[in-house]
Amino acid sequence: MTALLDVAEFSKLFPVSSGSSSWTRLKQRFHGGPEKLSKVYAVDNVSFVIEKGETVGLVGESGCGKSTLVRALTRLIDASDGSVKLGERELTLTPATEFARDPDRARIQMVFQDAGESVNPRFTAFDAIADPLRRLRKLSGKALRDRVETVASQCGLPLQLLTRFPHQLSGGQRARVGIARAIAVEPDLLVLDEPTAALDVSVQVVILQLLQRLKKELGMSYLFVSHDLSVVKLLCDRVLVMYLGKIVESGPAMDVFEHPLHPYTQALVAAVPRFGEDGATRLRLTGEPRSPIDPDPNVCRFYGRCPRGNSDCTTAMPELRRFGTRQVACHFADEFLPASQAKAPPA
Amino acid sequence: MTAANMNTAPALSVEGLCVEFRTRSGIVRALDNVSFSVAKGETIALVGESGSGKSVTAYAVMGILDPAGRVTSGRAMLGGLDLLHAKPSQLAEVRGRDIAMIFQNPRTALNPIRPVGRQIADVLIRHGNVPRREAPEQAVEMLRSVGITDPARRAKAYPFEMSGGMCQRVMIAIALAAKPSLLIADEPTTGLDVTTQAVIMDLINDLARKMGMATIFITHDLALAGQRSARIVVMHAGHVVENAPTEDLFTHPRHPYTAELIAATPDSAASLDELAAIPGSLPDLRRTDLPPCRYSERCPRKIDACAQPLPRSEPGAKHFTACWNPQTGAASAPAAAAPTESAA
Repeated sequence: MTALLDVAEFSKLFPVSSGSSSWTRLKQRFHGGPEKLSKVYAVDNVSFVIEKGETVGLVGESGCGKSTLVRALTRLIDASDGSVKLGERELTLTPATEFARDPDRARIQMVFQDAGESVNPRFTAFDAIADPLRRLRKLSGKALRDRVETVASQCGLPLQLLTRFPHQLSGGQRARVGIARAIAVEPDLLVLDEPTAALDVSVQVVILQLLQRLKKELGMSYLFVSHDLSVVKLLCDRVLVMYLGKIVESGPAMDVFEHPLHPYTQALVAAVPRFGEDGATRLRLTGEPRSPIDPDPNVCRFYGRCPRGNSDCTTAMPELRRFGTRQVACHFADEFLPASQAKAPPA
Repeated sequence: MTAANMNTAPALSVEGLCVEFRTRSGIVRALDNVSFSVAKGETIALVGESGSGKSVTAYAVMGILDPAGRVTSGRAMLGGLDLLHAKPSQLAEVRGRDIAMIFQNPRTALNPIRPVGRQIADVLIRHGNVPRREAPEQAVEMLRSVGITDPARRAKAYPFEMSGGMCQRVMIAIALAAKPSLLIADEPTTGLDVTTQAVIMDLINDLARKMGMATIFITHDLALAGQRSARIVVMHAGHVVENAPTEDLFTHPRHPYTAELIAATPDSAASLDELAAIPGSLPDLRRTDLPPCRYSERCPRKIDACAQPLPRSEPGAKHFTACWNPQTGAASAPAAAAPTESAA
C-alpha cells in the first residue's frame, strides 16, 4: 500500500499581538526595528501518514489544533512549515487561493461539523451538491442532474428533498447533504470534522453507518476528527491523539483506547462516560493547560496537568517513540506498557 | 435514591404539566401531562432526543417560557409554592434563592459586559443576604470553590476572556451563590471536551452532595446520565415515557423507546453494525389527531391497546412506564442485553 497522504514536519503558527500598544508597535515598525510578534503554535511539527482506504481518527480537546490541522490539509489555509504530499503531489507549494481552482482540489474534500451552517442558506440541496460538480467537473444540464441524483441516492437523501433549502431539512438530512456534496466529485480523501456532533444518537447511528458503507463502496480514505471517543473507536482503524499542537500518541484505535500509553490519552479515555460505571472515582486532569503562545521548546506541553510528570519533563520535550505499531511522546510510556510489549526497543 | 429519601417530601414535584406554543402554523403541544418528582438531595436526569421537551420542562418550572408558550394545566410544587401559578414577585424571590439554573451555553447566558465577579456578587446581594461591601470578597471565594485558579484576578475578567469550561464554572458559581435547594442543569457540559465535562460534572455532584441540594440534570447523553444520576426520566415528544432508578432502567428498560435509545448509544456496542437506529422521527406536535401514545407510530411493539389513553403514573411507583405493551425481563429484548454486558 502506498501512502495517500504524507504529512511531514508540518507546522502552522499564527501571529498574535505581543501585548504592547499599537502605538509602540507602529513606532518600532517606523524605525525599522525588528518587530517581534508572538506566535500561537497551533500545529507544531506534526508528521503522519494516511494509507489508501484507511480511516484515521484525530482526537483531542478543543484548542488542540485539530481544526487548524485539517483546514491546512484540505488547503483552506496555508502551512507555515513542512510538507503535505497527496500521492506524488506536494500541496504546500500551491497557495490556498490558487488551490481552489486546482484539478487536485477534487481529491480532498471535507464534511463540516454542522451542515446547517456550512451549506449556503440560499442554495437548495440540489445546488449545494451541484456546486462542486459545476466548478471542478464542469458538468451541466442532464449530466449534472444525473450525477447529483446518483450521489443523493447513495447518501440516502430522497430525491424530492433536493428542491428544499437547508432550513427546511432535518439535522440528519442536512448531514446527508453535506456528505453528498463532499463525495460528489469522487475524492480520494474525505476529511470529516465532527460530522455527527450536532445530531441525536438515533440519527448519529444512521450517519455513521452511511459513512461506513460509502467507504466500502467508493474506496475512500477518511480522516475523522472528533472528540467523541466512543464514535472514533467504532469507525476508525488508527487514531492520532493531539494535545496543544503536538501528536502525543498514535496507533491502532482498539489498542490506544484499551491500553492508552500517554497520560493524556489515559485521562481522555477515563473521562468518557460509560453505562453503569461510577464516574467519580476515575483519573482527572487538574490545572490549566499550558499556553500555546511561544511555548518553551524544552518543556512537555502536557506538563502541569500531567499526573505522572516530574522535573524531567521541564528539561526535555518528549519525542514520539515507537512501541510496536504505536507511537507515544512521553518519557514514561514504558511504565504503562503491557508486560508483553515491555521490551520493544525505542526507535 | 435511597429509602430515606422517599420518606421526606420531594424538593420539587411536577404534576400533569401541559405546555402549548402558539405558532403561525398551529398550536404545538410541546408537553403533555409531564409528571415527575425529585427528592431532597437526589439527582435525577431528564433524557431524550432534541425536541422531546426536556428544556421546555425546565423553562416552564423556572417561569421563563417564551411568550408564545403557555402552561395549560398542571402544578409544580416547590415546598408549598406552585411555581406555575405564582405571582411574578413570588417567583423573583424563589428563583436564585431556592431554585437555580445552569444553562447550556454559558457564553450567551452570562452578561457579556459585566465582569464575572460582579455577576456573582449581584446574586449574593439580591438573594444571599450578603452586605454590599462584602459581596465582592465572597464572589472571589465562590470562584475559588468552583476550582478557578487565581480567582481574585479572574473575578475582574469578562466572559469573553475565559474558556468555555471556565465560563461554565462561573455559571455554576452564580447558580450556587445563594445555596439553592434545587438546581436545574440544562445540558451543562454540551460543547465542552470530555475531560472538562468530567471535571464539571464532578464539581456539580460534589457541591450538590455537600449542600444537600437536589439536582435535575438535563442531557441527551444517556451514558452520562447513567453515570451521574440516581433516577432517569426518559422523555419523547413531550411525554414522560419511562421513569425508573438508573440501574433498573439500563438492565431492564421497559418502554420500547428507552430500549432503542440504549441500543443506539455507541458505548453499548463493540462494532458499528451492532448499533441500531431508531426508525421514524418525532411526530409533528401540531397535529390535532396525535395518538395517545406519541411513540406508537414508530413503535415495533404496537398493539391494539395503544389506542387507549396512556397508563397514569401511580403515586410512589418506583418504575413507571407509559406503555401498554412494555418489555418484561432483559431476556426477551435483545436490545436490552447489550448494556447489561457492558455494566458487568
